[in-house]
Amino acid sequence: MFVETLLLRMGGESGIDNVISAGDILTLSVARSGYHVHTFRTYPAEIKGGPVMFQLRAGVRPVPSLGDQLDVLLAFNEEAWELHHQALRPDGVLIYDLGEHDAPQGFNGVTYGIPLERLARDLNLRKGKNLIALGALCSLFGFDFQELQATVKEKWGKARPEFVESNRIALLAGYQWVKDHIQEEVPYRLAPPDPTHEPELVMSGNQALVAGALAAGCRFYAGYPITPASDILEEMARRLPGLGGAVLQTEDEIAAISTVVGASIAGVKAMTATSGPGFSLMQEMLGLATMAEVPVVVVNAMRAGPSTGMPTKMEQSDLNIALYGGHGDAPRIVLAARSVEDCFYQAMHAFYLSETYQMPVILLTDQSLSHRTETVPMPDPNLVPVVERLRPSPEEYASYRRYALTESGVSPMAVPGIDPTPFTATGLEHDEYGAPNYTPAMHTAQLDKRGRKFEVVAEALCGIQPPLGCLSYGVPEEEAEVGVLAWGSTAGVVRETVEELAAEGYPVTALIPAVINPLPAQRILHFARNLKAVIVPEVNRSRQFAAWVKAHTELPLISVNKYGGLPFTPAEIRAKIMEFLVTRPTKELAQEVTYG
Amino acid sequence: MAKDSIQPRRLPKDYKSEVKPTWCPGCGDFGVLASLYQALAQLQLDPTKTVVVSGIGCSSRLPFFVETYGFQTAHGRVLPVATGIKIANPELTVIAVGGDGDGFSIGGGHLVHAVRRNPDLTYVVMDNEVYGLTKGQTSPTSPLGFKTKSTPFGSADAPINPMAWALASGVSFAARGFSGDPKQLAELIVEGIQHPGFAFIQTMSPCPTFYNTFDLWRARIEDLPPDHDPTDRMQALAQAFRDDAIPVGVFYREVRPTLESHTRVSAHPLKKNGPEFDVRSLLETYR
Repeated sequence: MFVETLLLRMGGESGIDNVISAGDILTLSVARSGYHVHTFRTYPAEIKGGPVMFQLRAGVRPVPSLGDQLDVLLAFNEEAWELHHQALRPDGVLIYDLGEHDAPQGFNGVTYGIPLERLARDLNLRKGKNLIALGALCSLFGFDFQELQATVKEKWGKARPEFVESNRIALLAGYQWVKDHIQEEVPYRLAPPDPTHEPELVMSGNQALVAGALAAGCRFYAGYPITPASDILEEMARRLPGLGGAVLQTEDEIAAISTVVGASIAGVKAMTATSGPGFSLMQEMLGLATMAEVPVVVVNAMRAGPSTGMPTKMEQSDLNIALYGGHGDAPRIVLAARSVEDCFYQAMHAFYLSETYQMPVILLTDQSLSHRTETVPMPDPNLVPVVERLRPSPEEYASYRRYALTESGVSPMAVPGIDPTPFTATGLEHDEYGAPNYTPAMHTAQLDKRGRKFEVVAEALCGIQPPLGCLSYGVPEEEAEVGVLAWGSTAGVVRETVEELAAEGYPVTALIPAVINPLPAQRILHFARNLKAVIVPEVNRSRQFAAWVKAHTELPLISVNKYGGLPFTPAEIRAKIMEFLVTRPTKELAQEVTYG
Repeated sequence: MAKDSIQPRRLPKDYKSEVKPTWCPGCGDFGVLASLYQALAQLQLDPTKTVVVSGIGCSSRLPFFVETYGFQTAHGRVLPVATGIKIANPELTVIAVGGDGDGFSIGGGHLVHAVRRNPDLTYVVMDNEVYGLTKGQTSPTSPLGFKTKSTPFGSADAPINPMAWALASGVSFAARGFSGDPKQLAELIVEGIQHPGFAFIQTMSPCPTFYNTFDLWRARIEDLPPDHDPTDRMQALAQAFRDDAIPVGVFYREVRPTLESHTRVSAHPLKKNGPEFDVRSLLETYR
């Protein structure tokens, strides 16, 4: 049977089965054959050992979420079966390592034993087990084997040319073993790819974010290693020097943001990225950037907290600190990326806003978005303007005032070594020239100046369209009965579910803003005007986004919260929407499914 | 050179800003500020290409009093901010200033890292062994048993030896001066600015209000011995640990690669001299 999407998971032991590297190479080759892909992975926070899993969801149409039940589970060891068999659909396919462990009992789907370990041993390819498995998967499910071979050769051959031949042998061994030993047809195979669909890019959220930042002109990056933001540091370290930029790994996150603030004062677009614990440490310097009006972009790739929490698990629980983390009267722009593609656009957007309004911009992503890969259509960098900050004009040199009380609140920012107008930036309250000033009138005037900038931002952002502005899915709002209002990476699963329901005839719609502060409150009120229920799903316990929306709109909202460290699945979103749907399609197209 | 003939020679007073110092009468920091004006004038530094950076504290007010670019940052963060400025534009002369609390307590963690990276900064610490701006609490360099409002029974914490600390961390230039001798101090600051690397200058700068050590220090301050070899780190350390006197002068100097020799923004975006970059070429690698 041909299916439109196929969800395949591989589970094994970290550091032994090379599950992630196998998964990534399979993903790329499947995408190159013309499918859409969406991956998800979990790995232990330990250095070596512990269970690791990789799943690939491939489809002939876009696959915006990680999906629900597994169609295929490849268990490299018995623990993987124990951990993942509940996710496998009852009529799914299980592949296990024949000869290394027994066929699991009590599973009524299709089981294939493939002697992965034995084949690797016989061929003397101790590290080749994952490639043997990929060859076997290709054979079973009809993935393009030539594409897989070419991808492995291209991606791994450069770094380790001495393994090109053994990689080829391993892939072939798995492929051939299945051809020789398994005659029956697998219960499902992916439908052939859409021939009109050009293969897209395959990127992670962090990679897309780095590309967006570089496109926006970021030329300095400082960071301290922290999961899941470390690969932003690594990617920047690879890319920036070649662009005339620089990267500094600092002694801690306070130094990271301090260095970024310094580089920005010196006229270079600068960024840091971190996760919850590091973001907590950055709060004071964010306040300085607000007070001294220094553009900086700070990425928080959220993970489960508080404290060290679960470094390798996702959560959407840092919205409050992003909004309220600093002391004093200091509104901040907060953006939340919704997909891998959106990581590119919102990174550009963050620089655009930060440079234009001379203030910190916080861009929220999360572990699932940072590390998953997705097919992404080639982004168009021209959709986001690249700006330079406002600097003093020659006419202003003689009477230059860095913190001039302008109508928009934005005042020209001189750059040392570039502009002939020295001034002293400061975290103290100051007069228009920057000199310390504690008078009630000046504090009021400067707070109004900084506040005005924020109001100007709010106004400028109210009408923005996708890809930067609100995304809408499902039936038109005026025809909908139930609406889903989501943020961040929960966007994907909401999109998929709502589109599916709408296609089935249910009056369901969704709205997903990227700009969280200033919140597009009027847009949300407009969205909700005819709805019987507005559902707000978020991966946290404290309903942070719902509370924020409520504070701005006074809308009655229905919160759905999940907080185990994993993203929502389509079934969970669907079940919640169903609770509030009164109207059913006249023709009951879909059967309501309850997943275990 | 032609430019020099057009630009009149800058005098120390030309580096004085319109903002009047907020320090108490008799504060040692006046001497340090005068030395800095003197040093800036001696080197004829361009105020539009010079940045004085500080943290928080009495002495960290200094950037406001200097007619160059300045940045008073957050408490303890002067060194990472100054490092960021220097990486972003290595052509700038970057001078970091601050006090003992700012540099050795709340910002202490940054000192060793700035020292090991060796950015071409000059760091002038005004050490008065007391917290002044918060009105007289014990500081990381206060003597053992120091009685203040925060330590009414005497401080139980042994003081930090900042000079030894910087030397042991691998600093490439270390000197100590005294605010009561602004002439010598100006010379040390000049040497520090000229040193290609991180220059640590501890200045003994008494607080007449909360811990008046002026006479005490004046009596104990003496030049480093004439045979002191500033290329010998162990000799420098021995001088740093002396308790019979407070030696002043250049303790140590060596030339080693600076941070900016390998980590710098080589194409400043505002100078538009960077390589052409179309992000689509990067994105293509993800196919």
